[in-house]
Amino acid sequence: MSEPIIYDLSTPGRSGVNLPAPDVPPAPLPTELLRDDLPLPEVGELQVVRHFVRLSQLNYSIDTGLYPLGSCTMKYNPKVNEDAARLPGLAQLHPLADPESCQGALMLMHELQSWLGEISGFDAVSLTPAAGAQGEFAGILMIRQYHIDRGEPQRDIILVPDSAHGTNPATVTMAGLRVQQLPANAAGEVDLAALREACSGENAQHIAGMMMTMPSTLGLFEPSIVQVIELVQSVGGLMYMDGANMNALMAVVKPGELGFDCMHYNLHKTFSTPHGGGGPGSGAVGVNDKLRDYLPGPVVRRDDRPADASAAAGDAPGWRYDWQMPAKSIGRLKAFAGNFGMHLRAYAYIRAYGGEGLRQVTRCAVLNANYLREKLRGDYNLPYDQTAAGARRYCGHEFVVRGAFDDAPGVHALDISKRLIDYGFHPPTNYFPLIVPEALLIEPTETETKDDLDELAEALRAIAKEARDEPQLLHDAPSTAPVRRLDEAKAARQLHLCCPAARPA
Amino acid sequence: MSYIPHTAAEVQEMLAQIGLGSFDELFDAVPAGQRFPALDLPPAMSEMEIAAEMLAISEENDHAGDFAIFRGAGAYHHFIPSVVNHMLLRGEFYTAYTPYQPEISQGTLQATYEYQSMMCALTGMDAANASHYDGATSLAEAITVALEVSRNRRKKVILSHAIHPQYREVVRTYHQGKDIRIIGDRGRGELVDLMEMLDSNTAMVAVQYPNFFGQIEDLRRLADTVHASGGLLVVVANPLALSLFTPPGEFGADIVVGEGQPLGIPLTFGGPYLGYFAIKQRLVRKIAGRIIGETVDADGKRAYVMTLRPREQDIKRERATSNICTNQGLMSLAAAVYLSLMGKNGLRQVGELNYHKANYAAAQINRLDGYSVDMTKPFFNEFMVACPRPIAEINAALLDAGVIGGYDLAQHYYHLPNHMLICVTECNTRAEIDRLVDILEGLR
Repeated sequence: MSEPIIYDLSTPGRSGVNLPAPDVPPAPLPTELLRDDLPLPEVGELQVVRHFVRLSQLNYSIDTGLYPLGSCTMKYNPKVNEDAARLPGLAQLHPLADPESCQGALMLMHELQSWLGEISGFDAVSLTPAAGAQGEFAGILMIRQYHIDRGEPQRDIILVPDSAHGTNPATVTMAGLRVQQLPANAAGEVDLAALREACSGENAQHIAGMMMTMPSTLGLFEPSIVQVIELVQSVGGLMYMDGANMNALMAVVKPGELGFDCMHYNLHKTFSTPHGGGGPGSGAVGVNDKLRDYLPGPVVRRDDRPADASAAAGDAPGWRYDWQMPAKSIGRLKAFAGNFGMHLRAYAYIRAYGGEGLRQVTRCAVLNANYLREKLRGDYNLPYDQTAAGARRYCGHEFVVRGAFDDAPGVHALDISKRLIDYGFHPPTNYFPLIVPEALLIEPTETETKDDLDELAEALRAIAKEARDEPQLLHDAPSTAPVRRLDEAKAARQLHLCCPAARPA
Repeated sequence: MSYIPHTAAEVQEMLAQIGLGSFDELFDAVPAGQRFPALDLPPAMSEMEIAAEMLAISEENDHAGDFAIFRGAGAYHHFIPSVVNHMLLRGEFYTAYTPYQPEISQGTLQATYEYQSMMCALTGMDAANASHYDGATSLAEAITVALEVSRNRRKKVILSHAIHPQYREVVRTYHQGKDIRIIGDRGRGELVDLMEMLDSNTAMVAVQYPNFFGQIEDLRRLADTVHASGGLLVVVANPLALSLFTPPGEFGADIVVGEGQPLGIPLTFGGPYLGYFAIKQRLVRKIAGRIIGETVDADGKRAYVMTLRPREQDIKRERATSNICTNQGLMSLAAAVYLSLMGKNGLRQVGELNYHKANYAAAQINRLDGYSVDMTKPFFNEFMVACPRPIAEINAALLDAGVIGGYDLAQHYYHLPNHMLICVTECNTRAEIDRLVDILEGLR
């Protein structure tokens, strides 16, 4: 049975709320400006509750099972952080409160700025980007403006490896710059010869910078990262790091110390703020001294007010926090100052671990990925298993397997993914990165136990066997989910985006 | 404390499986000189300590739970039925991600489709996406669509000065890399002035409804004039005001965007909020962001799926018009639950409570010596008050009396010193309003 659409549960005259009676005299309404009809459903409170609870039960989630969705870091979202987000002093705080009325919130943001800077080795951080993609956008806009201010407006090329997240090239276009794609070498690393070529001759003076993901979207540490950074910077370009994979780096290496000029953080990945069925995210951006004046604003500044002066003024001693627009800011990225509800959860998360604890997060995330990868060796093809020099190679917090078998030609990565649903797991990321045909990108995260990883490995091995013996099981999968495979072509051809009952009568 | 479940024995066993003796060997590809830096962070805390710390921080803030609040200006304190929060706290909703696997994401997908439908109902438009980060970024993305519609031939964008100042700043941030002109938002900016700026190079005109000063204007003539010049009309609408007032789809808006926060989303110091985006059918393939469509599964059963995917950055890459990836999924769920509970009659009731209380407050304040409100133009739940003193002084006095006063318009509108934008919602009781009026009277 399908769950009916909310409009199908509607009965004229029913309502799901109790509102107070008016306690002021009514004012006349401007009749010529009023609408005639308001086609919303009419449903009782319990019926609304049941509807959405039933819908929730059609979802797979971290709270119900292992969610190895590569590049998304689907780790446990601590419950105490949800409680914190609902404290009235945080949830009911107006964004345009006078600074004296929101010192707690400003202090929290200031601390988070400095902790994120410490974790990644950057001088300054802005929390305003609403998502990773907005952090990227901020980064590329800062790089663009930096070159303009130095009298080099011709620098309009951003180098992007072909394994990059789609947001990287899309961001470059949005910022009005050009993408030059860089191929990977046979080991899945940046092709240094191709990079040298891009950074030479006439092209060199057009290089604005390069975007890199670290570890790469293949889950691999780039062995020549230092050379890549030096090469791009030697021709005047700046280095942007896509921080989506920061879960593999905490207290292992600071990107700022490696020489990156700028990076974004995904608080909803590394720092456990919930993914919410698609969002909200939060994409803080960190920079070194070259770019700090260009940060999107506002950021939070701390005034070093001496205790005795504040005592004289009758205030409590301590710091005073206030908003600040950086001197050459690229501007505001959204109204107000970022997704504060995510900032406070990330703050609580970092508070739970401390520095050594975050190192343990990274260690266990990388351990889990490597362990699972070893359990799959022999049953699945593991591309880029060796460095260009032929050495053994460990993965970061995620890894790619090829979701296809030479002796089971009709089976694709998508079939393996769908069959995994029947075994009770969320599938990995499919068909990304694009440079591996039939890619399955697997990221178990540190919050999963060895037992759960063993079960996932067992299921994947069983599916590899089924692919040869009973491939139809894979093609027909999933068979245990609330619905079977969907007709996606029909959805795009006959666009049906709005319930007819929601349109005016 | 830690959310990592590993025992020491398990770690050893797992390392052995990989053929290693220690964690550190896993990171041998990281440059040795920079490997394993110490992090200078405060020491780890237990759950009890975290709860206490967060409570202490929250109590350092003056919030709408303890104070009577009359501040809006783009973020509003409204009643949120308890059910909304309980639904958001379903782990199946908030710990899922983007519904890439529709077979096990029908909950998110159907709820999102219902959200899209109810936003169409409110705005009078044909389709809505789900969603942008907030009202400001949805306006910025509407400009991208309007430029695309003109195939980037038209280079002029007209923004009314009565659009939220921060939204206009965000538009400029988003489009700083493009060869376009953004005009109209400096100066007086009456509707008729906007019409005079129109020409064959104008891609679009954007206005706010109610405008930033709270007034509801008749936009029919503007719509006709913009269309006659071949541009698009973009309306930034407060969705709660649409419970009462003519939906922009009815007077010819091509794109309706805005801040969904009034629909069941708490203030939370500015985010996460919800950028809604609704559009006419003929433009639907131009829009960015997530769109859910109805289809059938292999058995012919009704089901929902992300559709028009080839527009999106993960497929179209550098040819995509927006890099949006993460949306405001949980916030659109909040709006869907809120609108389902309120329904046709409840939402109207909320709208009327806002309208009547704001009008009551405005009339009371307008009677005070030294204060004046323009009562000739209709408004929804916000109105502008000319005051006898600087707003900072008035707000400081109000705060001492437990009242969060209005928004100081002089911060962005230099021609409006001593002008306050006051917001009154269903949450403000008559007693609170009377107290506000009393205090203002004493501050002449």
